Amino acid sequence: MSTVATTSDRTTPSSGSRSSRLVSALTHGPAALLLAVVSVVWLVPTIGLLISSFRTAADNADSGWWTAFTAPAQLTLQPYRDLLDDPTIISAFVNTVLITLPSSLLIVIVASLAAYAFAWMRFRGRDVLFLIVVGLLVVPLQVALIPVARLYDLLGLFGTIPGVVLFHVAFGLPFAIFLLRNFFVGIPHELLEAARMDGASEWTVFTRVVLPLGLPAIASLLIFQFLWVWNDLLVALVFAGGETQPLTVAIREQLRSFSANIDVIAPAAFLQMIVPLAVFFAFQRYFVQGLLAGSQR
Amino acid sequence: MDGATTKRGGRSWAVALFLAPALVLLGAIVMYPIFFSVGRSLFDANGSKFVGIENYQEMFTSPATLTAIKNNLIWVVFAPSLVTALGLVFAVLTERIAWSTAFKVAIFMPMAISFLSAGVTWRLIYEQDPDLGLANAAAGAVVNVFRPPGELPGARPSDEQALRASEGGLAASDPVDLGGTATLGLVAIPPESIPADAVQAVEPAATDGGIAGTVWLDFAPGGGGDPGIIDQGELGLPGVEVEAVAGGAVVASATSAPDGSFVFDGLEVGSYEMRLPEGNFREPFGGISWLGPTLVTPAIIVSYIWIWAGFAMVVIAAGLAAIPRETLEASRVDGGNEWQVFRRVTVPLLAPVLAVVFVTLVINVLKIFDLVLVIAPGSAQRDANVIALQLWKTAFGIRDFGLGSALAVFLLLLVLPAMAFNLRRFRAEES
Repeated sequence: MSTVATTSDRTTPSSGSRSSRLVSALTHGPAALLLAVVSVVWLVPTIGLLISSFRTAADNADSGWWTAFTAPAQLTLQPYRDLLDDPTIISAFVNTVLITLPSSLLIVIVASLAAYAFAWMRFRGRDVLFLIVVGLLVVPLQVALIPVARLYDLLGLFGTIPGVVLFHVAFGLPFAIFLLRNFFVGIPHELLEAARMDGASEWTVFTRVVLPLGLPAIASLLIFQFLWVWNDLLVALVFAGGETQPLTVAIREQLRSFSANIDVIAPAAFLQMIVPLAVFFAFQRYFVQGLLAGSQR
Repeated sequence: MDGATTKRGGRSWAVALFLAPALVLLGAIVMYPIFFSVGRSLFDANGSKFVGIENYQEMFTSPATLTAIKNNLIWVVFAPSLVTALGLVFAVLTERIAWSTAFKVAIFMPMAISFLSAGVTWRLIYEQDPDLGLANAAAGAVVNVFRPPGELPGARPSDEQALRASEGGLAASDPVDLGGTATLGLVAIPPESIPADAVQAVEPAATDGGIAGTVWLDFAPGGGGDPGIIDQGELGLPGVEVEAVAGGAVVASATSAPDGSFVFDGLEVGSYEMRLPEGNFREPFGGISWLGPTLVTPAIIVSYIWIWAGFAMVVIAAGLAAIPRETLEASRVDGGNEWQVFRRVTVPLLAPVLAVVFVTLVINVLKIFDLVLVIAPGSAQRDANVIALQLWKTAFGIRDFGLGSALAVFLLLLVLPAMAFNLRRFRAEES
């Protein structure tokens, strides 16, 4: 123990095996111990849901998920087999995809066009208009539920997937425009001027210069919007009907009798969160960059 | 489109084309609803009659909306400050560990999870049965150390005259003199709670200079036997604590054997009360009602902290990384200990970042909806109610668009200070 502790301070992180690095980290004083406990506390809820989702309804009604550590025979794939046989859940999953993908793509198109105009085009009222966009950043979407429900009724969009998509795009726009405009402004002036000198149109400058250079910010936006829409419950609860309900709404339907339906709820909730978690782990860097650009800048 | 840049008119057309999709969507779905809501809030439930400020009056007088407003206040007071403080602590401490990336991922991960799934996760944790819910399993483990459950919860005397209630336990009505015996008969013990080592109860055998007694189940399966008499087929109750009390003070205590017998030796001459103290009858820990009326809001706030601490930590850590190392080193050299450096240098330098995190969280907390809807069970939804939830129920449950719009306008008014904060900061950064 003491040798590990004395050598740990100066060893580079890449040296030594994973376990010895872990040991050295843990012996690094009370801060390390505290943080180790904290990370366990933070991981336990998700682990609990995961294990519960692999247990039968009877086991879940009878004992805590942690008993599976001593009786691993409890673990079964049956809840997931049942879930995949459940037409409501499957169609809800498909709806979630059908809502999330168009929302994410559409917002990138609409927001990058507007952000380009705000960043690189000169027109009267530009600054005021952009201030309005910044002001709209904090408008709670709850304000729009009743009016838009009425509007959609008139337009025949109520209970349809396009209706849900348009709502998500509109309420994502202030953040999206803000994020992209601030990134686009940072693109070196000379690059744009050079293209314009060559007689390139605004459209060409936008597609050939700004969009390629703006990809990191666009990636951040895509991930944000994807997670936001995939995880939304409220908008779908109001604007999506039975046929078009996404996974979150379908799961919420089961919550009325939580304990009795836990064998459906736990695997469905895990199915609901596995996609955003995969996106998060794959694109963490962009997620964090977007977060910092959006809230701190 | 090529060539459009050459003419000024083409330019303004281009501007319009670039902006149009965003402006149409923002206008129709974000801006127009704000004005519509303000107007709609002055009309009754179905919009047929102008009622002025009646909806607002109802909002501040009806118990349901008042509870929602009160709970939102609790949320705003506690959640953003706790999350920011925790994020700050985590951000500062992660700088001292080699595995800070792993730590950050673990804390930040819940940000990617929906409020719905996070809610399901925490509802599982808050199950009241300590055998099912992790929170109560942990609480039970602690409680059982300090207040272990008794052997005989729910037991009653077989003869209400001979044994009566005393300080939460039971005591024999007749005092026993030295050399005497006591029989303490109990009933109403379910078969599964009878200890496995219990055997046929025996009549206490009087001893010189001591007191002997028997605690037994005064009930023979299949019937028969008289109350107060140790009959064949009646079991002793092992592991029961018995106290000898004289002058109001416990003089000695004994624990019963498998046949229910107990003996007090070495007592002074006198007469003693035989008592079965409260601990014998203590019910096992039944679990804290986390999602009951009193604790439901704090319980949901804990789950919110679990989700958002990672956000605060990541943003504050980025702010921390921007502080020049030399600044911190200099103040350490000046003789400040870690705490002083933290208080006098780190926190003041981070103040702008902390403010941004805090304001972001306040806005977020004002709109809190999903977590409450998902975690609070039906019976506690009224106690856990928040403005956004009440708005949804009012507008799309009972279809009162008037009161619903008033709630929406109120919510909008609450975020206006945050809007002002954002605009001020933006203008300061642009200039």
